[in-house]
Amino acid sequence: MNDVLAAVLEALAVLTYVALNAFVLIWLERKIAGHIQRRIGPLRVGGPGGSLQSLADGIKLFSKEDFRPGGRDGIIWWLAPLVSMTPAVMVFIAIPFGQHLIIHDMNIGLIYITSITSFGLLGVFMAGWGSNNKYSLLGAMRAGAQLFSYEIPAILSTIGVVLAAGSLSLETIVAKQSAHWFLFPQILGFIVFYVAILAETNRTPFDLAEAESELVGGYFTEYSGIRWAMFPFAEYGTLFTGCALATTLFLGGWHGPLFLPGWVWFLIKTYILVFIAMWIRWTLPRVRIDQLMDLGWKFLIPLSLINILGTGAYIALVR
Amino acid sequence: MASTSTTAGEQAPGLQSQLMTLNLGPQHPSTHGVLRVVVTLDGEEVVEAQPDIGYLHRNFEKIVEGWALPGVVPFSDRNDYLAAIANEVCVCDAIETLGEVELPDRAKWLRVLFAELQRIISHELWYGAFGMDLGAFTPFLYGFRDRETGYLLMEKATGARMLYAYNRIGGLRNDVTDAWLKELEGYLDFMEKQAFPEYMKLLIENEIFVMRTKGTGQLTREQAIAWGASGPVLRSTGLPWDLRKKRPYLVYDQLEFDVPTGTNGDNYDRAMVRMLEIKESIKIIRQVLRRLPDGPVLAKARAAVRPRVGEYYARQESPRGEVGVHLVSNGRPNAYRLKWRAPTFSHLQLVPLMCRGVKMADMIANLGSLDIVMGEVDR
Repeated sequence: MNDVLAAVLEALAVLTYVALNAFVLIWLERKIAGHIQRRIGPLRVGGPGGSLQSLADGIKLFSKEDFRPGGRDGIIWWLAPLVSMTPAVMVFIAIPFGQHLIIHDMNIGLIYITSITSFGLLGVFMAGWGSNNKYSLLGAMRAGAQLFSYEIPAILSTIGVVLAAGSLSLETIVAKQSAHWFLFPQILGFIVFYVAILAETNRTPFDLAEAESELVGGYFTEYSGIRWAMFPFAEYGTLFTGCALATTLFLGGWHGPLFLPGWVWFLIKTYILVFIAMWIRWTLPRVRIDQLMDLGWKFLIPLSLINILGTGAYIALVR
Repeated sequence: MASTSTTAGEQAPGLQSQLMTLNLGPQHPSTHGVLRVVVTLDGEEVVEAQPDIGYLHRNFEKIVEGWALPGVVPFSDRNDYLAAIANEVCVCDAIETLGEVELPDRAKWLRVLFAELQRIISHELWYGAFGMDLGAFTPFLYGFRDRETGYLLMEKATGARMLYAYNRIGGLRNDVTDAWLKELEGYLDFMEKQAFPEYMKLLIENEIFVMRTKGTGQLTREQAIAWGASGPVLRSTGLPWDLRKKRPYLVYDQLEFDVPTGTNGDNYDRAMVRMLEIKESIKIIRQVLRRLPDGPVLAKARAAVRPRVGEYYARQESPRGEVGVHLVSNGRPNAYRLKWRAPTFSHLQLVPLMCRGVKMADMIANLGSLDIVMGEVDR
């Protein structure tokens, strides 16, 4: 009985955090975009700096008509937003926000996260397939090719860290970084991982799956209201977890030079990475699908292999 | 890439692939108005792209046959609504020639000034829209920031933002003030010192931008000439064909400026030509500001313009290319026939040629780099 209660509480905590986080990130994204573009961004809805904008948006999205496209593939179309949102939430339980501040420290934490994230692709693909819309289908095809190709460098780039830490448990990986972060010996791995995250979260310059100027709305063209909201919800969840994972693996997790609580350090580092992702999004144009594939297969994968080789050689020689 | 396109040869037995027909537009984020392109897709690759026009047809040429000639000028604004001054100046030129109206000196110089200011504003919009086509949102807002300042200037001088009706038969509706000219100079300084370097840094010099535009949408000089291309599209292939130089009108023969050209005729060259044209236009306006003569801006008005019997083809270098008015008159106050030559109508015909076999993303980039205005294509 206690186990069930604990599980429910954990799930509630995670959901609350994910929702809050998405609200903050969406507001942040709009603010940052505004300032980069010489605008002010949301201001008038309420709260300091218009920070209640996301809440207002949420209410609007909830109250919108639940539009269903004709000729949709019923259950697949219905299930797609859930399938893409669930993994984004599930990932949170394995992320070490601070020392012992982790819901489940698994000894295969890293594998758990990478495998769960891959499920997101399924939701995207289902949305594109079930919508009975050509733009959605094209978007889903692109997403399929893209997420699949960038999953590989993302995983390969983490292997160097696993080799150095000698563990797949995220808490152990962070604990091993108390003296020095894995960033500096493994800068290649970090770059590859970060670029792969940008691609996996469908953000510019890799936002091909929703490419507005080409595919209108990409795979979620036919979704509206709260169903649509689940896709950005998942996207921001994945963006956060991706950056959190980068912090955990390369930036020393909760370790910091000053006497601040560990989780503060963790959040600072993660949100800096999130900010950089937003900065990139509002600055760069989009790459073409073949250039995206070239970058993934011909550049990032070799780089991550070099990173593994270097780390392996170092470990073999030193130990 | 094999992952995105399938050709019949590499299919497993039993599997079939089918071409997909996609109606791009008339409601689509990057069709620049209401253009519809019927695209046949093989996966990500465009097999054929067929533009379908007419959604903005206003029957311009037939309607103006029933109107007294001065009424044509405001309506002509609606053709290339992003460069309304170029339309006005062109149609006024035709009417003035046939009506034997002599332009005062100051009007000639001011027309050049406004035409060039319009060119700057038009290219700013193109810059933003092209960035958008390539998936960069921020350049759009930077382009619009300066376009807005330009439009405010236009509004102060002419009373309207986009569709000015500022030119009259025989000159301009009203003169500009010295204070306005000062303000214009400030705008030019800003464009040159701050905005232009920003444009280059933000988009044109960007690695991804260069990757996306170099070598895509390539046209040879022969193709460009054969399909009637003009303006930046023609000049990007290396031919310095600019009506301001080759067939000088107004006072362009007294002004010093260069004609930027490209070498490859690809999207990158078209972009570069337009960016450099902004610089040249700034140069021209500065010369106009220095040498602007005093005097009236409108010729002595006559009760009605009565053109002589005959026909005349007036043409000008608009931001998009050669805009032409073929006016046929039988001596009555209205035109017997008025044919409008729209540069982007010719450019739109290049779309099937340029887009055969390219990726979907490049098709959008090609469309964007042609800088199409549906107002003048459909007329």
